[in-house]
Amino acid sequence: MATGVAAWLPFARAAAIGWMPVANCPMPVAPRDNSKRQDELIILNVSGRRFQTWRTTLDRYPDTLLGSSEKDFFYNEETKEYFFDRDPDAFRSILNFYRTGKLHYPRHECISAYDEELTFFGIIPEIIGDCCYEEYKDRKRENLERLQDDQEENKDMKLPNMNFRETMWRAFENPHTSTMALVFYYVTGFFIAISVITNVVETVPCGSTANQKDMPCGERYTVAFFCMDTACVMIFTVEYLLRLFAAPSRYRFMRSVMSIIDVVAILPYYIGLVMTNNEDVSGAFVTLRVFRVFRIFKFSRHSQGLRILGYTLKSCASELGFLLFSLTMAIIIFATVMFYAEKGSSSSKFTSIPASFWYTIVTMTTLGYGDMVPKTIAGKIFGSICSLSGVLVIALPVPVIVSNFSRIYHQNQRADKRRAQKKARLARIRIAKSGSASAFLLSKRNGVLNELLELKGTDEDEQKLTRSTCLIESQHHHLLHCLEKTTAHEFVDEQMYEQNCLETALQTFPSRSPTISSHDSSVGTCCGCRIKRNTPLPNASTPSTHPIPTHQGPLQELSAIHIQCADPPSQTTTRSNLNLKTDDSSRINCKGGRITTAIISLPTPPALTPDGDGLHGPPQRRPPPAPGLPAAPSIQTTTSSASTNIVKVSAL
Amino acid sequence: GKDPNPIGQTEGSKWQKPRLSRKSLMKCCLVKWIIASTTQQGPGKDSSDSDLELSMVRHQPEGLEQLQAQTQFTRKELQSLYRGFKNECPSGLVDEETFKTIYSQFFPQGDATTYAHFLFNAFDMDRNGSIRFEDFVLGLSVLLRGSVTEKLRWAFNLYDINKDGYITKEEMLAIMTSIYDMMGRCTLPSVRDDSPFEHVEKFFQKMDRNRDGVVTIDEFIETCQKDESIMASMQLFENVI
Repeated sequence: MATGVAAWLPFARAAAIGWMPVANCPMPVAPRDNSKRQDELIILNVSGRRFQTWRTTLDRYPDTLLGSSEKDFFYNEETKEYFFDRDPDAFRSILNFYRTGKLHYPRHECISAYDEELTFFGIIPEIIGDCCYEEYKDRKRENLERLQDDQEENKDMKLPNMNFRETMWRAFENPHTSTMALVFYYVTGFFIAISVITNVVETVPCGSTANQKDMPCGERYTVAFFCMDTACVMIFTVEYLLRLFAAPSRYRFMRSVMSIIDVVAILPYYIGLVMTNNEDVSGAFVTLRVFRVFRIFKFSRHSQGLRILGYTLKSCASELGFLLFSLTMAIIIFATVMFYAEKGSSSSKFTSIPASFWYTIVTMTTLGYGDMVPKTIAGKIFGSICSLSGVLVIALPVPVIVSNFSRIYHQNQRADKRRAQKKARLARIRIAKSGSASAFLLSKRNGVLNELLELKGTDEDEQKLTRSTCLIESQHHHLLHCLEKTTAHEFVDEQMYEQNCLETALQTFPSRSPTISSHDSSVGTCCGCRIKRNTPLPNASTPSTHPIPTHQGPLQELSAIHIQCADPPSQTTTRSNLNLKTDDSSRINCKGGRITTAIISLPTPPALTPDGDGLHGPPQRRPPPAPGLPAAPSIQTTTSSASTNIVKVSAL
Repeated sequence: GKDPNPIGQTEGSKWQKPRLSRKSLMKCCLVKWIIASTTQQGPGKDSSDSDLELSMVRHQPEGLEQLQAQTQFTRKELQSLYRGFKNECPSGLVDEETFKTIYSQFFPQGDATTYAHFLFNAFDMDRNGSIRFEDFVLGLSVLLRGSVTEKLRWAFNLYDINKDGYITKEEMLAIMTSIYDMMGRCTLPSVRDDSPFEHVEKFFQKMDRNRDGVVTIDEFIETCQKDESIMASMQLFENVI
């Protein structure tokens, strides 16, 4: 149930009188409100600053420290007040949460101090209001990143039990960890530089001999360059193989960009070794040599700045692409115009539209080489328009685009964040709703157990169970129960409903579910429910007396249900709205989730043996005073499904 | 000689040559659009003024003594009721949308908005579109501290949507459908399309003594007083506050 709405519950219950004349069944008994306390002022003394509020204000959130009996631990008998030795400034926003139902995060507050206060008072940070939630999350993330940075720095200290492989990997990734790593780092850097310079120098024409024209150094000193190249490639190969060996996940390493660059850098050499000096393939071989320039990208391991630039380009790729696209459009337009304008003139260089592209690009970027010049008047007019628009198209938007990049980039991030938060919010609201719905269904089954216990007459057990649900919850459930009685239908959860639909669709024997078939008259239904509770149904094989599960009959282990009734629902139920944990113990019947066409295939929860056949009532059940133990397996199974549910839903 | 408008007489209305008058100009959509876009400031200003007005509307309830006289609550109960009310609605008024939202939160599985609408009309006795604290507390006084007859009268008022003193089958069907809507989809047994209708039929069978198709207040009260389970359930919420 949502927060401040608890104040309207008395109104909703009073308005339920409107259903009474319409109902055909007697209504269930209302829960007793044993605490007939008048509303009183409570004094909360937080490190000397006194706060006062009504008791009912604090009672709105029974899951928190102040709303539950946990605050009795802090009660000071002499001064008749509750004393907390905490920060009074932070306590202000906590107390405002009780008053207004909205938790705000004060911006001047340190995030970790605030978190600690929230944890102390038992309030979940997820309920921070929309106005402050983004700020809270941002600060929290910054804090986390800072902590992670600290952790990483600490991690660089050598851990005692790292094997050789891990040491090597760490040496490769963080060169400053050991001297060997540093040496290796500089050596590879040196050889990358050598390799790049070699590639450059071998094309320079190096002094001519008498009978030959200038030839590039590479052809003159072939052997020397070849040796240099071989040495570099050997170093690179060794480095690559070592990295491959040391990588924790070889497959991931092979897919990474740096390793691809490494491979591309050394492959041409090996291909060149393998290939013969054939005329046909030598052309292709020359092309391959171009790839040797990729060795320069290996420097990015050595330069942080290069990596950041690459990352920035990658992230702004869409904006750059748009810039390119708009430029292309302008180029095509102007090239076409210039071509047709210059078509008339003789000896025009504008032989085709693609040929005009070159003119347009040179003019728009204000280069103006002058190799292509318009000669007609129309051509000159359009040429000048082209160069003016070139200034505008290129020079003006570039700074705008650059600033747009950062703005849009951050905005996108925020939009994604908000989308994810919205999803999480909706999911949380859905869970709270379904939590309250399933809480009602669970408490109904508990109600059955309660009645049976009353029959049995063990007061203790009854107390243990009734005390666990808080008054507001029980009043809300009573209200829903009255609605059920008025309409002579019962609430069920999603899975059971679908199962029921499936059953009624696929099966036709009347003996299947006598209670269903007797639902012709709504009068018979609700009263029939009560009566049939104690008669054994033909398909029921276990001592469950609740009408809903018996409809499923052989499909499920009904013994699971009576165990489930025995486990105290209080913790999961009342914390359902605050804790994001759904009360999935009610889903224990349908742990399998999806309903398949073969009805039989519903998996049943394990490890719960039925207590014999027939209806024997409570004595056959495991005694509720120790509900924790037998219920433990059921809780575990549900929490596993619950936890998977949680992960799916609350993943931001 | 010739008849000037031989066709006109048969048609009945003469075609007039269009004149460029202001009236005809205003009919041109382009002109209208131009005028609208240039005078956009005007309506904007008005709406912001009206926004300013609305936000300052608040309602102050009558004094505590008067309310004590009108209702059956004690002073302390009125105080605590008002505190809760004012906390939820700081302006002192509940409008229909807020009311629907609040009421829907109690029934997460179904759709409570239609029934909330009927309930709103039952509480908003002066039909001004919002529930003030007096309406709220007067209604609660009847429901929680009133005699059984008063409660039955209140229920009759709820069912009688147009407040004409008669409950027709259509009104009852609307109410019943809204109640069944609150159950939602996942019920056992499933709510069939004619479930509300059947329920209404049963209701009329019980209540409509003279079989005239409507239920009057006297028939209603008389029948309810004879039904024990209804009388018992009327006492159910005595101790809510």
